[in-house]
Amino acid sequence: MESTEQPRSISGSMQSPRSPSLQPYLSVSVTDPVKLGNGVQAYISYRVITKTNLPEYQGPEKIVIRRYSDFVWLRDRLFEKYKGIFIPPLPEKSAVEKFRFSAEFIEMRRAALDIFVNRIALHPELQHSEDLRTFLQADEETMDRFRFQETGIFKKPADLMQMFRDVQSKVSDAVLGKEKPVEETTAAYEKLKHYIFELENHLAEAQKHAYRLVKRHRELGQSLLDFGKAVKLLGACEGEPTGKAFSDLGTKSELLSIKLQKEAQQVLMNFEEPLKDYVRYVQSIKATIAERGTAFKQHCELAETTKLKEINLDKLMLTRSDKVGEAEIEYREIKAESEEATRRFERIVTRMEEEIVRFQEQKTEEMGVAFHQFAKGQARLACSIADAWKSLLPKLEASSAV
Amino acid sequence: MMGSENDQEESKEKMESLFLREESDPLTRSDKSNSNSTYRSAMSTLSDSRHPSIVVTPADSDPLFAPPSYFNESRSKPNGGNRDSSSYLEPPSYADVIFSPFDDNSEINGSDDGGSRHIQSSDSLSRSPSSLSSDYFKITVSSPQKEQESTNSMIPGGTTYVTYQITTRTNLSEYGGSEFSVRRRFRDVVTLADRLAESYRGFCIPPRPDKSVVESQVMQKQEFVEQRRVALEKYLRRLASHPVIRNSDELKVFLQAQGKLPLATSTDVASRMLDGAVKLPKQLFSEASSSVEVVQPARGGRDFLRLFKELRQSVSNDWGGPKPAVVEEDKEFLEKKEKMYDLEQQIINASQQAESLVKAQQDMGETMGELGLAFIKLTKFENEEAVFNSQRARANDMKNLATSAVKASRFYRELNSQTVKHLDTLHDYLGLMMAVQGAFADRSSALLTVQTLLSEISSLEGRAEKLEAASLKVFGGDKSRIKKIEELKETIKVTEDSKNVAIREYEQIKENNWCEVERLDRERRADFLNMMKGFVVNQVGYAEKIANVWTKVAEDTSQYNRESS
Repeated sequence: MESTEQPRSISGSMQSPRSPSLQPYLSVSVTDPVKLGNGVQAYISYRVITKTNLPEYQGPEKIVIRRYSDFVWLRDRLFEKYKGIFIPPLPEKSAVEKFRFSAEFIEMRRAALDIFVNRIALHPELQHSEDLRTFLQADEETMDRFRFQETGIFKKPADLMQMFRDVQSKVSDAVLGKEKPVEETTAAYEKLKHYIFELENHLAEAQKHAYRLVKRHRELGQSLLDFGKAVKLLGACEGEPTGKAFSDLGTKSELLSIKLQKEAQQVLMNFEEPLKDYVRYVQSIKATIAERGTAFKQHCELAETTKLKEINLDKLMLTRSDKVGEAEIEYREIKAESEEATRRFERIVTRMEEEIVRFQEQKTEEMGVAFHQFAKGQARLACSIADAWKSLLPKLEASSAV
Repeated sequence: MMGSENDQEESKEKMESLFLREESDPLTRSDKSNSNSTYRSAMSTLSDSRHPSIVVTPADSDPLFAPPSYFNESRSKPNGGNRDSSSYLEPPSYADVIFSPFDDNSEINGSDDGGSRHIQSSDSLSRSPSSLSSDYFKITVSSPQKEQESTNSMIPGGTTYVTYQITTRTNLSEYGGSEFSVRRRFRDVVTLADRLAESYRGFCIPPRPDKSVVESQVMQKQEFVEQRRVALEKYLRRLASHPVIRNSDELKVFLQAQGKLPLATSTDVASRMLDGAVKLPKQLFSEASSSVEVVQPARGGRDFLRLFKELRQSVSNDWGGPKPAVVEEDKEFLEKKEKMYDLEQQIINASQQAESLVKAQQDMGETMGELGLAFIKLTKFENEEAVFNSQRARANDMKNLATSAVKASRFYRELNSQTVKHLDTLHDYLGLMMAVQGAFADRSSALLTVQTLLSEISSLEGRAEKLEAASLKVFGGDKSRIKKIEELKETIKVTEDSKNVAIREYEQIKENNWCEVERLDRERRADFLNMMKGFVVNQVGYAEKIANVWTKVAEDTSQYNRESS
């Protein structure tokens, strides 16, 4: 039930400086992770701060407390309501128990959640969503209630619906005597599907190596630290000038170890995480593709059914049967459903076309930023390594001359 | 250095193949002997083509070295087709030619020749002072061959053994020619080492390669032979660089005498077991050569009587028996010994950490390369599938990142192989510390000999006194006792002579010790400083190169700069 009017474009966190109060804006930030609860029930809560001048929102600023499953709720609702749109991905549910509350994991998750909400707030259609408003404004009890309604035995209502539809379509397949799966076969769409599936593999590999690279930075940092210590101890055994030289060498080594650890963190946050996000995005697109497939099937099947009903109706009309009235009503109902299904499908197609363009542009931008930061970080690291070692050379020269 | 891409493919390939070849340069000091550490295996994977007959890893199998045909927008496969990887080229001295850290944007004050001096010293690890500068003495070990032991009548079908060709090039006058070769087997090396140990007591003699029986059974024969060849070469070169031992007869004979090695083998010496029982009395009864033999440490096979006495003495020393007249009072020596022990521990520790560092650098380079490769694939993919311009732009950015990551990865590898050479000095000194221990042990054993003789003398004198006292009681002289006294006095005299010789020997060994330790300290200081310089210069050079690579990428992607800084 979205409005069909042309949505206003709302600027997000990076608004134009010209007329801040007149330009509609909606900016969100996810901050202050806090651990709540005890033992198995423990979880992290976040402060979600909304700043806006939109009339639909209550006041210029609103702060609410949300937890990860609230974000999941929002994502699921949007996925249901806005088929065809690539819903921004969420960071994964926690993997290993002991990792769940590590500072690094919490920060990575917070950053990812912040990006998630902001992407929604910037999206021309999604930003008008009522569920978004609920998420950003409802008090905690209301939010809890909403959340509990959705989650049950099946974590994702979408999954449940999907299974239901699959069964439905299998039945109608049997009825209609169809065996082959009904799929779109346009060349362009085939190409897109192939692209998306292949892309995920490539990206996953790149991300894997990026993560390993983070580890390597840490390992190199550690070994420099150990080396520095060992060399200093060795220097303590030696007399001058070797002793001092070793001591200087060791100190520099320890210093560089710190720089490496810092860079490791940078690579993780600014390079590996964006790659991981890219992978998640592609997975979200795959979910949309699945939705489109379902919608297409429905559209086809209902069209078929409608045609059959029409043929049946015509037959009945010819034989002047008294079942005509019934049949006519049935026909009209099915026809309406079919048209609705076709509309839904076509809307998905249209949306996806726009979304693909946005996605590619967005990704080029985001990857460009990630690459730039990575290169800058590596350059900075290498320069400081060079400088640190260079500063030792005059001392070493002097020692050798003795 | 970074010319147009298509030109640089070719030169990159050349550089890579040069780099691969360089690792098999026998001039480089990579060593596989001694310990079974991961350092060794890290180094052996780095220099895996030491043996000339092993083909250098063909470029096709290593995707990292695939020439960037991706960058040609052509559809060619990533395997470098026309790479001639099977022929073995004579390696240039890569480090000297290619690596010049003061090239790109150097901020170091001027010293270009300072740079080459650094490279010189770091590459050849030579020490500046001393007479070694104009002398030329180079030993190479090569062409291992299997040979048959001439059949013993007892053993059907003789055993085989391996001989190595030992080639010496020198301009030293003591050696007759300027270049000559002999064939030796490992047993000969053991003989050489043993004879040197006898002749040069108190000296820090470089330890010979292990017999390592276990390893020879566990490893592949070829691997083992190669490892041994490298170890032998290193050992002989160390001998050649020792200022005293290089002039020894033993070494000369080993390097020059054709055919069978004309040195007494250890088995010959050991087999004279029965002689041993007779030896000591002979030593005590003025045999011409006796005093000289006293000078040798007691050896298990022959001198077991003497060994027994010395053992008794050392136990007596330990258990606080009557203090021998000559005692290791030299506090300085004891302190030095202590310090040497500490030093050894720290060198071991530093050597281990150096291994870890090398491994970490290697891993970094590898992962960087894999990352680059993954992005190369992505680039190709995006380009092939591009529908939008945004995709092409992204593919371009990725390509930039990918090629730079691969470049950086290569630099890490080069950095590492150089690092290994420098930090190898630490490992070398472990061997030398063992030599110092040997030298100190010589001193202790010589002292023990002196102490034994002293206590022998004092016990003989005691007996003589008793006999004299007893014979005085007999009126008119006790013929048999008097005779015994005379014999004892003879014995005492001979033993006194031996004792004097032993004391002289001990003093000589102390002197040798002192000189050697001085020399070692001096050389170690120079070597360690050189090592540090080399290591640091190397790090600087490659860090700058890597920085340049990434700076360029940062510039090329500057449109994505979102920071205010």
